[in-house]
Amino acid sequence: MDEALLRALAPSVLTVLVRRGADFAAAEDAVQDALVEALRVRADGSAPASGPGPGSAEPLRDAKGWLVTVAWRKFLDATRADAARRRREDRVAEEPAPGPAPSADDTLHLYFLCAHPSLTPASAVALTLRAVGGLTTRQIARACLVPEATMAQRISRAKRTVSTVRFDRPGDVATVLRVLYLVFNEGYSGEIDLAAEAIRLTRQLAAAVDHPEAAGLLALMLLHHARRAARTTPDGTLVPLAEQDRSRWDTALIAEGVGVLQAALARDRLGEFQAQAAIAALHADAPAAEETDWVQIVEWYDELVRLTDSPVVRLNRAVAVGEADGPRAGLAELAALDPSLPRHTAVAAYLHERAGDPVTAARLYAEAAHQAPHLAERDHLTRQAARLNARRQR
Amino acid sequence: MAKYLLLKHYRGAPAAVNDVPMDRWTPEEISAHMRYMHDFAARLEETGEFVDGQALAPEGAWVRYDGEGRPPVTDGPFAETKDLIAGWMVIDVDGYERAVELAGELSAAPGAGGKPIHEWLEVRPFLTAPPTITE
Repeated sequence: MDEALLRALAPSVLTVLVRRGADFAAAEDAVQDALVEALRVRADGSAPASGPGPGSAEPLRDAKGWLVTVAWRKFLDATRADAARRRREDRVAEEPAPGPAPSADDTLHLYFLCAHPSLTPASAVALTLRAVGGLTTRQIARACLVPEATMAQRISRAKRTVSTVRFDRPGDVATVLRVLYLVFNEGYSGEIDLAAEAIRLTRQLAAAVDHPEAAGLLALMLLHHARRAARTTPDGTLVPLAEQDRSRWDTALIAEGVGVLQAALARDRLGEFQAQAAIAALHADAPAAEETDWVQIVEWYDELVRLTDSPVVRLNRAVAVGEADGPRAGLAELAALDPSLPRHTAVAAYLHERAGDPVTAARLYAEAAHQAPHLAERDHLTRQAARLNARRQR
Repeated sequence: MAKYLLLKHYRGAPAAVNDVPMDRWTPEEISAHMRYMHDFAARLEETGEFVDGQALAPEGAWVRYDGEGRPPVTDGPFAETKDLIAGWMVIDVDGYERAVELAGELSAAPGAGGKPIHEWLEVRPFLTAPPTITE
């Protein structure tokens, strides 16, 4: 059994259990147990102790059937143990009621539940990765760099928080998209590639829901993921967009991203993810940094400002204006923005260097490095300051 | 989604409101303090926000490289060192406001007379990996 296949089955197995009458929290635990068991079976090649019966150690043709059987058994075991502990009668029937077959809508409801607005962003991310993504608690803990016990508690609290939410009620796609965006931006730390996981989950969502912004987010992720090999050196040093080796961009991902985006834009319901993806697509379209269509990028930033009115977007727009109309124009845009914005000083440093003022630029780069919240970004900015200072001393 | 270090100092922090050295507390007051710290960590584990917590001995040594083939030089501790770390807690929370809220609670640990110490704790954000999408 392939781990990716098992994980892709997790949401539909979970919805089968919920349809059979299991409550969400218990069903989710049971699916997790079944997944862990499946991974163990796969690892040691032995017959699963609580597998569905003879022949189960052979390559499984019906992985979903196996998972449903094992998860349901785990659920019954847990319910019985629970019931025994509370000295209650076993109320759960041995044979499951057939229940209606789960549909694509069930997977969608699972997304809504895991991104429910009553959850904090960190809880929504963790619950989505486990219940929809089929990751184990241990894998999620490692990806988020917290102890497994902490992550287990975060997930069980999240499940308690949504325990009163009705499973079959549609939610707001926008909240789901924000959670998936967060997962993607967490990036890569260790054995679990959260960016790839976010793409997989967004792809699944975009297939289940008719929403141009779901497609927009998928396109945005694909277009950024396409640059991954070029974005950092092997030692983790950031490579700015203008200096990236574009031959290392993944053309298949770019083609897919552009295709998804064009189909979404044709629907004529523009949203922020589509606009951001359009900007990424214009970068992808330029064979060299000098050939970037900055004028069109500024136009897309104008759309983004209209859609979000976000100061961060205005800051990025100032960078684009600096490229389209020259660094002085960029600095003029920057002057209208709050200097306490994250990355404001870094942008000012860059524009001052472009405007031919390396002394101010070096000072601002050093200042920006001091404020940078990210390690690789701080190192990059420190290197920029050092580069300009070294040139002056020569 | 954001990690913070809550840093406790033996020395170097501004004076606490209830500033009585621990060796002048009653044993019951010390126990109450320890229990508070333990319960605080346990509660954070339950909320899914706990990462790590450690206490450090006050005495340590300074160590530096002394050239190829030579053993490291050790020295100190230096009495004049202004800053002395007593321990830390690492938390993983939704943002700065929550980090400050928790540091405030930790600072309320009971000290002499069973009253909150009002100790100053240093709150420092971790430098993290940059987000993928920045433009």
